[in-house]
Amino acid sequence: MEYKEFTYPEPAGLQEERIGEKMIVNVGPSHPATHGVLRLKLELDGDLIVRADPIVGQLHRGQEKIAENMTYNQFIPFTDRLDYLAPLCNNIAFAQCVEKLANIEITERCKTIRIICCELSRIASHLVGLAAYAMDAGSWTGFMYCFTQREKILTLFEELTGARMTSSYARIGGLARDIPEGWLGRVNSFANQFLPKLDEIDNLITRNRIFVDRAVGIGVVSKEMAMQWGLTGANLRASGVASDIRKDVPYLGYEDYDFDVVIGVNGDSYDRWMVRIEEMRQSIRIVRQAIEKMPEGAVSVANPKITLPQKDGVQRNMEDLINNFLVITQGPDIPEGEAYFEADNPKGALGFYIMSKGGGVPYRVKIRAPSFVSLSAMQEILPGHHFSDIAVILGSFDFVLGECDR
Amino acid sequence: MQEKLISEFPETLSVRKSIDGILAFNCNKNVLLRVASRLRDEYEFQVLTDLASIDMGVDAGNSRFGAVYHFYSHTKKMYVRVVAMCDSSESPTLPSLCSVYKGADWLEREAYDLMGIVFEGHPSLRRILMWDGYPYHPLRKDFPLAGKEAPLPPTFEGNEDATSVIPAPEEGGPFHSPNTGVRFASEREPRSVEGGLETIDNI
Repeated sequence: MEYKEFTYPEPAGLQEERIGEKMIVNVGPSHPATHGVLRLKLELDGDLIVRADPIVGQLHRGQEKIAENMTYNQFIPFTDRLDYLAPLCNNIAFAQCVEKLANIEITERCKTIRIICCELSRIASHLVGLAAYAMDAGSWTGFMYCFTQREKILTLFEELTGARMTSSYARIGGLARDIPEGWLGRVNSFANQFLPKLDEIDNLITRNRIFVDRAVGIGVVSKEMAMQWGLTGANLRASGVASDIRKDVPYLGYEDYDFDVVIGVNGDSYDRWMVRIEEMRQSIRIVRQAIEKMPEGAVSVANPKITLPQKDGVQRNMEDLINNFLVITQGPDIPEGEAYFEADNPKGALGFYIMSKGGGVPYRVKIRAPSFVSLSAMQEILPGHHFSDIAVILGSFDFVLGECDR
Repeated sequence: MQEKLISEFPETLSVRKSIDGILAFNCNKNVLLRVASRLRDEYEFQVLTDLASIDMGVDAGNSRFGAVYHFYSHTKKMYVRVVAMCDSSESPTLPSLCSVYKGADWLEREAYDLMGIVFEGHPSLRRILMWDGYPYHPLRKDFPLAGKEAPLPPTFEGNEDATSVIPAPEEGGPFHSPNTGVRFASEREPRSVEGGLETIDNI
């Protein structure tokens, strides 16, 4: 099938002579296009944005301060509330950082389960991101298609973790529990039915004339600009930088999986859509390989100072009961030092910097939130665009304010 | 690379103990800006990926506050950690890296907001997560977890559900402009005439 190439005239507004009158418009903090509680202060010339000042912090909960006052395992439920569209990824990234600090090598089965969780979360998060993006660009149907699929993933998560969104599944040195009977089969059948459905979403929106007209050439981020602002994840790759932490600084054994790093060409809003669509296909590839190789064995390392003993042992023998009590009340025994770990989350690189002075409570936890970094770049990306492009640009960057404000 | 960088900055840059496999340096704050631009231009560390402000505790004396910078290289695929400590606990300052890495803008604003480190040379050092006029720096170790009473922003006083915007006047406002033949809203709009709303910084 032959595709006719589109030609795009320069937007009409840019050719007009501006009359030089400035107007100040406040968008948000409660506005459907801002995906949460983001407020934008804009200086407009007609409907052309001259200056933009994003104001964040409406959802600030002081999570870094809270983290300094509780044990490592107690902080895991708080990581659910960072990027609440992919809570499992956050749980795992935090656990990975603590394990890096304590130099714990987790079991192969744990790694493989974590990879399935991360990739399913990535699909779920991208589906929400694309759904909201499509809706901002005018397609309510695309939203429904995406959410139907996401609901299926949340059902799988509910079966695995007991909760649809606040999963709190990872533990330092392992996982809260092993996967349920027959779960992998259900993940597999999800993957089988998902790919044709993804093609439907792709067919519905990707070549839709209305969507293409609104997204192509809008919000262009060059390679240099993306790196200067520290963009990560799909937003960086859409600008043509082939950088994926899963490939470059592998964790969880990602180096053993066969998948492609998806990159864009122009770095505009349309490329960010395309990259996310294709990344979901790559995630399905990873999930299938993980199901294939799922090793047998324990999910948590047998280190009584770090992980909880088996419940059966706690009820029968004194030693396990003492260890259980110590890990619960004093937290895992983590050595002194500092560690920085970044995971390639759906929204970008989620980094944790942990400084420890020994014991079960961190001295300082810094969360490097990818959404915070993406939003900081808005002050350079938005100026020069029309007011009506805001919805498309913000939608294409796929940020979450829970993570940005922490 | 570690030795080479240290030889460029003798006595001001030293190796920092690292247990997580990331190259780490202790850096004097006076050369921080130069170290950062060398890292970007010579050693291909294109990204300032994270800035974590640290408080070593009230007993730490003058080297109480500091910042931990993580740089990432997309070509070398590795991280570098640079730690710079402030030389005063009363008024901690560090040089701003905004001229080298644009991404430092919000990271420095956050460190200023939550830890009270002033970044010299930052184009617009304002609070970011807490509101303007908030008197404390909550991530400092002497700030209690339960928080402290702080005055609310002036527009909220006695009117808790108010938004912090200036109400538009009933007549002559942007939605009631009579057609007087005046071309620019700035000439009809009384608030603009008073010269109150020149740029977004005034709101």
